[in-house]
Order: sequence, then structure tokens, then C-alpha cells
Amino acid sequence: MSEQARPKVAVHKFSSCDGCQLALLNMGDDLLALSQLVDIVHFAEAGPVDEEQEVDIALVEGSISTPEDIERINGIRQRSKYLISIGACATSGGLQALRNMADTDNWVRSVYPRPDYLSVLDQSSPIADLVQVDLELWGCPVNSGQVIAALRDLLSGVTPRVDVQPVCMECKRQGVVCVMVSRNEPCMGQITRAGCGALCPSHGRGCYACYGPAEQVNSRAVSEHFIEIEVPVEEIRVKFGSINSNAPAFKRARDS
Amino acid sequence: MSQQREIKINVPVLARVEGEGALDLAIRDGCIEELKLRIYEPPRLFEKFLEGHGHQDLLDMVARICGICPVAYQMTAVHGLEELFGVDPGPWVRDMRRVMYCGEWIQSHSLHIHLLAAPDFFGYNSAMELAREYPAVVRRGLMLQTLGNDLIAMFGARSVHPVGLRVGGFFKAPDPEAVEAMCQRLEEAVTVAADLVHWCVGLKIPENNQQFTSVALRHPDEYAIYDGRIGSSVGLDIPVEEFGQHFQEFQVPQSTAFHTHLNGRPYLVGPLARLNLSKWQLPEPVLENLELTGVHFPSSNMFRSVIARAVEIHFAIYEALRLLSEYRVPESPAVEFEPKAGTVYCASEAPRGMLWHSYGIDDEGKVRWAQIVPPTSQNQGRIEEDLGQSLLHCGLEQEDDVLRLHAEQVIRNYDPCISCATHFLKLDVTRR
Repeated sequence: MSEQARPKVAVHKFSSCDGCQLALLNMGDDLLALSQLVDIVHFAEAGPVDEEQEVDIALVEGSISTPEDIERINGIRQRSKYLISIGACATSGGLQALRNMADTDNWVRSVYPRPDYLSVLDQSSPIADLVQVDLELWGCPVNSGQVIAALRDLLSGVTPRVDVQPVCMECKRQGVVCVMVSRNEPCMGQITRAGCGALCPSHGRGCYACYGPAEQVNSRAVSEHFIEIEVPVEEIRVKFGSINSNAPAFKRARDS
Repeated sequence: MSQQREIKINVPVLARVEGEGALDLAIRDGCIEELKLRIYEPPRLFEKFLEGHGHQDLLDMVARICGICPVAYQMTAVHGLEELFGVDPGPWVRDMRRVMYCGEWIQSHSLHIHLLAAPDFFGYNSAMELAREYPAVVRRGLMLQTLGNDLIAMFGARSVHPVGLRVGGFFKAPDPEAVEAMCQRLEEAVTVAADLVHWCVGLKIPENNQQFTSVALRHPDEYAIYDGRIGSSVGLDIPVEEFGQHFQEFQVPQSTAFHTHLNGRPYLVGPLARLNLSKWQLPEPVLENLELTGVHFPSSNMFRSVIARAVEIHFAIYEALRLLSEYRVPESPAVEFEPKAGTVYCASEAPRGMLWHSYGIDDEGKVRWAQIVPPTSQNQGRIEEDLGQSLLHCGLEQEDDVLRLHAEQVIRNYDPCISCATHFLKLDVTRR
């Protein structure tokens, strides 16, 4: 493939822990293979810096949380043919969206003695709240497999598909014993999107919903079952109000 | 270039650091008039939203402060909670946590040396460019990084935001077959890491000695990772709970991360600080390998931090192998406990340096308040101080591009994790 024909890729970061960019940096040898298939023009953590270039594929990590972010994401959208938001921050607003339910000013004042040095929005928002997103990869963090699959599909001219089934299906496929049926362990796997590989249940603990809501969320049935196995109501709220608290399906469940 | 001319240069973004920052540099009449490391990573207010959450949520949440060192955050918190609750998970858990922590040192240091720092020494912008000329070098880095990640995942199911830790121990003990396979890989990697130390010594490392205070945890019986007392190169020796009496956190306008001083002065945390204080505790083969290079520690040259990282990779592989060599599956990977109310003070050695936490906990084991001091916020003052001296040493009459590259290299010596501290570097040089 000639130098000119390689598709251009950019990796952008907003408010986040950098963990989803590691899905790329932790690929091992595949990172070198990827760098030969595509031209990575902007990926500050890895070295290339040229945010202003027009690209074929943009991967966006992080949530929108400052006034400057809004301007930046609009520019990135204009310069990107296909935009993928990666990770919980970019798809739901992330853990930091817990402030959306609180008085942000008050929080800033209680952490920083000089809040006037900072400029933050009241809300931590997912990318799709601001601009059109072509594909969302959920997960806190997304793993290399998800990112490679999406890029592979795009490079082959195929529209990427994402698994919207619940984690339960992954447990069944792997033959993991259900932690809720066998041990009354409250597990969010029934309503959480697959993709992680059922890591928590296979380690003997309940899923804590870091991959966000599955396609169909029957939160009422889940909550009722949690009450039956004596999970305090306050803790049930926390289960919906954690890493993906701002995802609409979880937000509704928490408020009901 | 006339120094009377007023020049404003905006070089957007320091690459190869974790997060978003910028550097403002103003030079007037050949002197530095202003030098500020600007960190504009948006604040996420972690300390606030941890409030009201239970102990397991706390472990899952603090990991999200940093994708590169989640294990450090989890280990610090879990160990502190156990001390408060009066639960001793026993030697198996302590040893296996040390192994998991070694995994994080290996992956984080390997990522830094090969993907972030090495391109500077060869005049490339990225490891991908470097790989075209030196594929074996980059592959070695990626191999070690993967090894570290897999070591973490053996206990935590994944390396970024692992899910295996709980108060009282682990959710699951690794299978002996997995441990055996890991030991084989570690054994092969010991030699690779020993060679890496020599390779790093062979890099064109500038001579640039400066006076600074090194701060790290120290443990009487081992090279401290998981716990210890806070020590310094000028005689400080205090328990972690006395941190607040000697260290001062304060806010500066240019940064969303607090700065920290020790008795009013900047100080250094991280691999070089640790090696400066605790080199004598390295295992014999690791020390011998280092002796062969002819490079001596303690060192006051921050550029040697790349060597310190390689030494710590060698050590961490050696240590993990030692602790796993007689691996057995315990009856239970965790012990039972009852939560207790009180104040938690805890610290451990994250790859980038000492990480200090304090929590107020209620009688249900929920967080009432939280205070977290990450290594990068502690190093900010030292980075600014170092930059001032290093740029003078480099010569302010140099072209802007030379100054910028040198400044970036100085900053990268600290492997700043700005996501942690709250992260890009823009260099604004104004010449008047």
C-alpha cells in the first residue's frame, strides 16, 4: 500500500484517565502492524501531534467538561469522516458525570481553594451530546479487541457492528457459573453491555456495569430481584449511579 | 536572533506525556522572566464524588483516576482500609499484591522507556517512527509491557482497571498452571531486562547535575513498594500519617493539579528518588548488573531516571519471579472483616512515585471524605525548578525548537501523568 493511500487516523483526548488510549498502546506488536496499515497523524500520548489535519477515522476518548472542549470537539467533527467515541467517559460522560447530579460549583469550591482559577461546565457530557458520533465503543476501559475489530472492519470497507447483548450471554458462552443464582451476589450483568468477556463473574464477583447499559434494560426486574436478595435500596441506586451514571437507561433506573 | 525583538511562539502540545499540559516561557534580555508548567487537564473532582461510596466501590472508583497506574491507586486504598478495619490478610495476600504491583511497574516503566522517552534519544517523534529503524528495540519494549500487563491481569482479569482486589485479599487466586506459564516468561525476561539496563546506560544521556531532595517510602526489609515510612535524602523519616505536618499542598493559577512542597521546598518522587534512597535493598544480581555498567547511584542527574526505570524493571521481574516460584493456591484468597469508622492514612510507591491517600470512613465502611496526593502533583514544583536550571544550562540563546525539545525531554524525565495529577504541552516562548 502506498504512503498516500493509507487512511489517516487521529486519537483525541478529553476529560479522562487515559486508560482507553491504552487499548492502542497496549496492543503489543499489533501497534506496529497498525501503524503500517494507517497513518496515525495525531495521537499526543504516542507522539504524533497534528490535531488540525483532516482524517478518515477519529477515535475520541474522554468527556466534554470545559467550555474549550465544546469548540474543540466541533472542530474535530468537521475534520473527521468517521468518528468513534471510545470508553465510558466519551459514551456516557464517565465517572466524572456523577457531578451532573450535584452542585458543581459547590464541589469545585470544596476541592479547590481558588475556584476562580478553573473553568468547568456544570455537566460532564458524552461526545454524542455535542456532535454526531458514527460508532460508540462502550467500556471502562475499552479493550484492544474492540478497537482492533472496529478499525479492521472500517479498513475492509465494512460497517462495524457492536455487541449490544448483556454480559449474561458472555457468561453462558464461557460456562461461567452465575454468581447471582449460585451465591446471591448482586450482579449487573443482566443489563450491562457485553464486550469485557464477563471478567467479574469469572472472578467470582458481580458485574458492576462498567460497559454501560445493554440494548434492553429491564431495570425494574433487576431492582426487584436485588431487593429480594436483601440489597439495600441505597446500594441499588449506587449500582446504577456509578461509572455510567449519565447513560439514559441507568439514569432513569436510578431516579425511579 | 536579537534579544530585543519580541517573539511569541506557540508550539502546541507536549507529546508523549500522559495528559494535557503546556509550558509558558518568557525570556527577556537573555534571562528567564517567567516559567510556568501549565496543567489544564479538566478537574474531575474525584475526591468529592467518592463521598458516600462503600469500600468496594472506592477500590473500583480510585482506579479510574489513572489508566496507567490503576493498581497503585487500588493497592494504596485497600491497604489503608485493611489497617483501619484491623484486618490482616496474611503473607500470601501481601506477597501476591507485591507481585501484582510489580506488574504495574514493569508495564508502566517499559511503556515510558520505549514508547515515550526513547524516541528523543534517536531524534524521532514516536516509537512507531523509531520502530522503522530499530524494530528490535521497540519490540523489546512492547514485550516487557505486555508481560507487565499480563502479570496484572493474572490477578485482576485485565490490566487497565483490574477487578480482582477486595478488602481482605483477592476475589480469586490465580491457577497454578497460569502461574507456572508466567514464571517461564519472567525467567526469560530477566535477561532481557538486565540487557535493557545496559542499553539505557548507552543512551546519550546529558550531564546535568542539580541539587534536590529525594522522597520515597522506605521499608526495613525490602525495596519499598506496597508500604513503608516516608523518607528523604535529607533525613526525613516519618510515618505516613504525619505527611500533612511536613508536606504542604497548595493551588497555583496555572494548574488544575495542586502543587506540594516539603517544608516549603520542591522535591522529587519516582524511580530516581527511590533508587537514591534504597538502592542497597535491591537483590544482589540486580545490583551486580548495575555495577557492571559503571553508573553510580545516588545520582543528582534527572536524565538518569531512564536508567533508574530500567533497573526497577529488572528488579520487579526478579522480585515477581522470586515471590511466584513457590506458588501455592491458598484455602481462601481473602479473609473476612468488619468495617470500622475512623481515618485512613496510606501510601505506596506508584510507578511515578509516592502516592498518598487519606480517607474518613464511617462505621458502615463508607467514605465520608477523601484526600489524594498523586506523584505528579508532588513533582510539579521540581519540574519547574529543573526546567529553569536546565534551560539556562542548555543556553537561552538557542533556537526556539532546541529549547522546546530540551524542555520536553526534561519534563519527560519525570514521566508526568497529568491524568493523575489532574494533562499536552504547549510551549509559549515570549522573547522581549
